[in-house]
Amino acid sequence: MSGNAPVAGGQSASAPVVSATGVSLRYGKTLALDGIDLDIPPGIMVGLIGPDGVGKSSLLSLIAGARVMQDGRIMVLGGDIADARHRNSVCPQIAYMPQGLGKNLYFNLSVFENVDFFGRLFGHDRKEREERIDDLLARTRLSSFRDRPAGKLSGGMKQKLGLCCALIHDPDLLILDEPTTGVDPLSRRQFWDLIDDIRRERPKMSVIVATAYMEEAARFDWLVAMDAGKVLATGSPAGLLESTGAANLDDAFIAVLPEEKRRDHKAVEIAPRPPDDGEPAIEAEGLTMRFGDFVAVDNVSFRIPKGEIFGFLGSNGCGKTTTMKMLTGLLPASEGTARLFGREVDPNDLAVRRRVGYMSQSFSLYTELTVRQNLDLHARLFDLPPDTIPDRIREMAERFDLTELMDALPDALPLGIRQRLSLAVALVHRPEILILDEPTSGVDPVARDALWIELIALSRKEDVTIFVSTHFMNEAERCDRISLMHAGKVLISDTPANIVKTRGAQTLEEAFIAYLEDAGAGDGNSEPQPAIAPDAVPMGQAGDKPRHTALSWFDFGRMLSYARLESLELWRDPVRAAMAFAGSVFLMCIIGYGISMDVEDLTFAVLDHDQTTISRNYTLDIAGSRYFIEKPPITDYDDLDRRMRAGEITLAIEIPPGFGRDVSRGSNVEIGVWYDGAMPMRAETVRGYIQGMHQRWLLEKAALRLGSAAAAGNFSVEVRFRYNPDVRSLPAMVPAVIPLLLILIPAILTALSVVREKELGSIVNLYVTPTTRLEFLLGKQLPYVVLAMANFVLLLGLAVFIFGVPVKGSLFALTLGAFLYVIAATGFGLFISSFVNSQIAAIFGTSILTLIPATQFSGLTEPVSSLEGTGRFIGSIYPTTHFITIARGAFSKALDFSDMSAAFVPLLIAGPVLIGLGALLLKKQAT
Amino acid sequence: MRVANVIQLGIKELRGLTRDPVLLILIVYAFSMSVYSAATAIPETLNKAPIAIIDEDRSPLSDRIAGAFYPPLFLTPSLITRAEMDQRMDAGLDTFALNIPPNFQRDLLAGRQPVIQLNVDATRMSQAFTGSGYVQSIVNGEVNEFVARHRSGDSLPVDLAMRARFNPELNKQWFGAVVQIINNVTMLAVILTGTALIREREHGTIEHLLVMPVTPLEIMLGKVWSMGCVVFVATALSLIVLVQGIMQVPLQGSLGLFLFGVALHLFAVTSLGIFLATMSGSMPQFGLLLMMTLLPLNILSGGTTPRESMPEFVQTVMMAAPTTHFVALAQGVLFRGADLTLVWQQLAALAVIGTALFMFSLGRFRRSLK
Repeated sequence: MSGNAPVAGGQSASAPVVSATGVSLRYGKTLALDGIDLDIPPGIMVGLIGPDGVGKSSLLSLIAGARVMQDGRIMVLGGDIADARHRNSVCPQIAYMPQGLGKNLYFNLSVFENVDFFGRLFGHDRKEREERIDDLLARTRLSSFRDRPAGKLSGGMKQKLGLCCALIHDPDLLILDEPTTGVDPLSRRQFWDLIDDIRRERPKMSVIVATAYMEEAARFDWLVAMDAGKVLATGSPAGLLESTGAANLDDAFIAVLPEEKRRDHKAVEIAPRPPDDGEPAIEAEGLTMRFGDFVAVDNVSFRIPKGEIFGFLGSNGCGKTTTMKMLTGLLPASEGTARLFGREVDPNDLAVRRRVGYMSQSFSLYTELTVRQNLDLHARLFDLPPDTIPDRIREMAERFDLTELMDALPDALPLGIRQRLSLAVALVHRPEILILDEPTSGVDPVARDALWIELIALSRKEDVTIFVSTHFMNEAERCDRISLMHAGKVLISDTPANIVKTRGAQTLEEAFIAYLEDAGAGDGNSEPQPAIAPDAVPMGQAGDKPRHTALSWFDFGRMLSYARLESLELWRDPVRAAMAFAGSVFLMCIIGYGISMDVEDLTFAVLDHDQTTISRNYTLDIAGSRYFIEKPPITDYDDLDRRMRAGEITLAIEIPPGFGRDVSRGSNVEIGVWYDGAMPMRAETVRGYIQGMHQRWLLEKAALRLGSAAAAGNFSVEVRFRYNPDVRSLPAMVPAVIPLLLILIPAILTALSVVREKELGSIVNLYVTPTTRLEFLLGKQLPYVVLAMANFVLLLGLAVFIFGVPVKGSLFALTLGAFLYVIAATGFGLFISSFVNSQIAAIFGTSILTLIPATQFSGLTEPVSSLEGTGRFIGSIYPTTHFITIARGAFSKALDFSDMSAAFVPLLIAGPVLIGLGALLLKKQAT
Repeated sequence: MRVANVIQLGIKELRGLTRDPVLLILIVYAFSMSVYSAATAIPETLNKAPIAIIDEDRSPLSDRIAGAFYPPLFLTPSLITRAEMDQRMDAGLDTFALNIPPNFQRDLLAGRQPVIQLNVDATRMSQAFTGSGYVQSIVNGEVNEFVARHRSGDSLPVDLAMRARFNPELNKQWFGAVVQIINNVTMLAVILTGTALIREREHGTIEHLLVMPVTPLEIMLGKVWSMGCVVFVATALSLIVLVQGIMQVPLQGSLGLFLFGVALHLFAVTSLGIFLATMSGSMPQFGLLLMMTLLPLNILSGGTTPRESMPEFVQTVMMAAPTTHFVALAQGVLFRGADLTLVWQQLAALAVIGTALFMFSLGRFRRSLK
């Protein structure tokens, strides 16, 4: 299929905007693109059409430079997109909107902040940014939602916001991957009007769109039909219709499909419904759902008889999903009742759940399980007889055309196929009621028809009641009855034909939009030209301003926009910041007060075979010390053994028979001592104590016997505990705990901030904007450095004012050390985040890689010079080691900067090295 | 409750785990490399302690004392002057500085009771405290022996036969390896179950489970058994292959009894993981909560420092923590060879705490789903 010359769309004589030669792409064994050769003319709107999983998204992400090229070459805007330098220089001219609702958005940020972030990334100054944002928001009618978090927008609004973010920098090439999937007809119309407006103002802009809606494809200038990783045909819509002789694009598309695929397609035929037997399967009476002041669903009632297909239509965010959730019992209704099979919905009624199949709007199957494992899990959870399960899975796989994908992971599948899988899962247990929330969003026309044939068969042959919501009008027409919903209320409920008739409209879509506009949707403004503030700069003019295309390897502004983004995320999640502070205070108290290096209150018992005054005198010495607590005497060796094994006593002393007599006579005698070696540190201390006491006892006895002559050979060792003369635990612990806490918490938070983007998808913004890896990482790091420094001040205050541990040395040196240290600590988090892909692994990895080295190899209890092996090596380069030296120097040893300068050097090196490693390992494109 | 559902939900978790190779590598690392390096690196006993000697006596006795400090207990002593001492200790070069005064030997033999000064860097924590005991007893020994030769043997012939039970050489590796495994068991079990639940919430799959004939109890049990199993197997392998096999640590008691204790402990800490997950709204919050829980659980359990030395209040509060009983059980069985009759109390405590945590977490989990 190579060398497809443009048919009728080649009206432009200039060089192609995108030119692909021999492009192939593989995911593991799957061949997603198979030798694509394609020239896309500039300045027009190009549509990529084709079934799900034929490689449309893969091709678009390659063009956008978001994915690593494997084979072949794509020239975009006059250069090879595989070349990093070219990619950097053209990426301010390209805008890419990935598939999926709001994939490039930050859900915790408001509408304004999202667009603002992109404006900052592209280096617009404040005035320009605000003008552009105001203009874009006005055009997309998002102005009134300016301050709403993006996560709380409806699907259509998210898509429009995504478009705003893509358009903020006046791209020359706009790449949209299924931008209207899951968007209601009214919003869809507004969306395309908006694109048309922008194109009118910037005629040079090229737009490439992938879509599953053929009625949308009809308005594009030039189409590329794809199948199985290959280009089937190219040309204008009219040209395609002409060459295939088809009446509409749907048919034309089917006509260009290879023969064996065409055979699979059947037109949807709706068998008449057998007369109503009056038994309702689903009933709702006055269902109301309130979230705070907001009424999501307002007094909705309906009654759906058994076997009916009931359609639910409405704009995005009108309450369809909420209604469905109340029916399934996922949400308890604020008012009103819902009944399934005549029984009131009870979330605890498992018997009813077995008879209902539910498919939610967002994909909610397990991405870590394969297609087969997902089907198998659900079949088993629904308690199908185990021997029938393999057959049932095979049957479902055939029905939904999943047979060849059984061992694929859902993440690797295109949206349309994932939807088919979701539907297969919802049907696996042969439910009597099906509740389907936009089951065909993002599914291609052929597969959609196939799904509907299934649904109709279920309804007509098996008497399954189907409650379905959709944005496709041709699907709505296939329902027995439909309800139009808007702003939580049902506007009308009737058969599709009646609705068209009563409204006096030509088509259902017209009737639908008319009803919505009556109800006040779309700001009562149905004109394609939206209200623009008079002083707003038209798009074209804004684009003529000199762009900030100076692409240095490091741009301070872009780094700051990421820093600002991360700070906002942190600000929106105050619990996280509060926990970071409260957590360190709590931990410092725990460690400071909980750990004592003093070993005391040890338990001991005596096995006294002698029972004389002398023997008692010996043990009394031990019992009287503050280190030991005496337990009842030991009766025999078995008792001794048992009590030591149980850990009841740490020390056992055996005084031999005739001890008193032998001591008096001066004959040799031996006292037996057993101590518990299970904890070596404690055992050593015990040994030291006992030896000391034994010596003292001997001296005392000798003094009694020999008088002053014993003084010869008498000396003492005077121990001075420097820096902490009272040997108090707090002054010893505090300088060690601050370094510990300043690595654990900042490292884990920084690591998560990057890995979260990877897991939730917004990392794509790093791939397709001019942001470099270093800017991205430093921007992410900055807020956490500030947070960690604030934490340091807090801990310092706690140490000085609450614990009464003063900083005897240089406060400046301590603060400077802390600053370098938190840079290294957050850098460590960035380093871990660069090779870890899931948040779980990030938490676990950071815990393991900080907790153990920081507590054990960094000189916290033993100086690094006393360690052995790898531990010693890790300890000598680990930043905690050096900051502990500084903290102890400043807190306990009254040292100045100059005394500790050696410890600053490793800290100074560690930060940049860790960040550099992170930047090196982080990927700038998806693989 | 249907057992089949619990099994299926658990198998699902295990399958999910195999999809995250980095996580698997980290688990293996935690129970192999991490245990090994921590056990071999950390001298629980005194090792290579840096010591300096200021010998102002220059007598045979002071030479004798200086010669008594040698590796592996101490690094070869640096002989320094009084003037150098402060600076060296400030820079952290020496933990100990032993100052033998002028005319020490003469004064000693003349019965003038001279004083040797031992300076200890108290910021060095355990090395400072255990080490100073060593230094004193070494000096004592050398002096006594020296004196004994200069005097007709007229001291009391009472000997002290000291034997460390269960670990006669006070081998630091034995203790370090087991403590590390104990800490890892707790950490991994809490992380795996907690994050498994949060992931379901963040990806919306929990909602999917709730429309199926599956109860919260089954969902929770599925996670508890599967994640518990992973940690259990990792623990058993680490103990048998690494600790017993490679590191040659002689474990005293019954491995079966210990593993039974591990299972009970896992029941408690996996429940704790679920509880923490219901408390936190997002993964970062969970990460922080985790730090706030794991550190005290490990540090105050008696695994790293002896429990009896902690403040009374902490000891009482920590009776409610599963780790306290688990550490006591592990030390009892693995080091002291305690049998069921000696550790049944710990087992019972673990069972009670586990059940309480489980019931409480289940309640919270149920409420969080509403």
